[in-house]
Amino acid sequence: MSLETTHDIHGGHDDHGDHEGMTRKKILVVLGILTAITAVEFIIALYLVPHHVMGMTLHIANPIYIILTLAKAFYIVAYFMHLKFEKVSLIYTMVLPILFIIGLILVLTNESHYWVDVLRPGK
Amino acid sequence: MSTTVSQIDEVKTTPWAGGHSPFKVEYGKLMMWFFLLSDAFTFSTLLISYGALRFSSPSWPAPDLVFQSVPLTSITHGAPLVFVGIMTFILIASSVTMVLAVEAGHRMARKEVVMWMILTVIGGFMFLGCQALEWTHLHEEGFWWGHIPSHEELKHFFHDEKLVNPVYTQQFANLFFTITGFHGFHVFSGVIINIVITINVLLGTYEKRGSYLMIEKVGLYWHFVDLVWVFVFTFFYLV
Repeated sequence: MSLETTHDIHGGHDDHGDHEGMTRKKILVVLGILTAITAVEFIIALYLVPHHVMGMTLHIANPIYIILTLAKAFYIVAYFMHLKFEKVSLIYTMVLPILFIIGLILVLTNESHYWVDVLRPGK
Repeated sequence: MSTTVSQIDEVKTTPWAGGHSPFKVEYGKLMMWFFLLSDAFTFSTLLISYGALRFSSPSWPAPDLVFQSVPLTSITHGAPLVFVGIMTFILIASSVTMVLAVEAGHRMARKEVVMWMILTVIGGFMFLGCQALEWTHLHEEGFWWGHIPSHEELKHFFHDEKLVNPVYTQQFANLFFTITGFHGFHVFSGVIINIVITINVLLGTYEKRGSYLMIEKVGLYWHFVDLVWVFVFTFFYLV
């Protein structure tokens, strides 16, 4: 079978049975979730941190921001980009290389501590 | 050629045996995914460099003092996150109109696809307009690649006067314009691509092809741009 024929088969409209996954209602639910998460971030940044409500400081708020951001990223990739409804092989092909990014984060945060301690002593 | 099916031929029905894509997506869409993965690496290196430089700096301009005005209004102080909140909402909303265009494409509803695509393009232009206002505002305050406000002015961007440092402020300015600029360039490209695709929909290209798969491919790119903004927003405006 030539590659061209393969494309035709997969490019055809009949191949989209899986796309039942996103209905208009689900799209609006995801919009609601993304807006709600952003609203929570705003409440933390504009109210909780400036007024130190429940002892909230940037040291506590920053990890919360990052977790909420990752949650938003999950909803965008899984539902808007439809990855949740793709083949498992495609999901792993796209998600596993993110480990390299985590690796770089670990390496460079470690390195930046070194810059503070060694390159700028006395700070 | 023999017409009998040998055992070897039967084995070739598994997903990874060849003949079909094991990913069960069309070639162009798979390549869009791979491109986005590489683009994710590019943005990651930029954002991680930003993180490393910021971690290693004893002080950094405070986001709630740098970004506290709302351009085009009389609000110049005390409104952190308001303008960027509007920008974020515009981009998320344009992502939603894009999903709705994809959804309409599955139903082969050409007029609806056109409507949602036009709304997506408008959302993209609105975001770019806001970005331009934000840049203009910071530029007028004295921030640019290789330029920062005078030492006297810088005191307004730190919570503690003792922490004022021109080196770290310059790093902030360079990283801010580079990263938001690279992202804005992606948004601009996305808007151009969306316009081209909308024209194709109007011309009936995908109607003739029998599939609106092209909308899905540009949709992936557009959502990715939204995804990157979510991270830029967190690391420049919140943290």
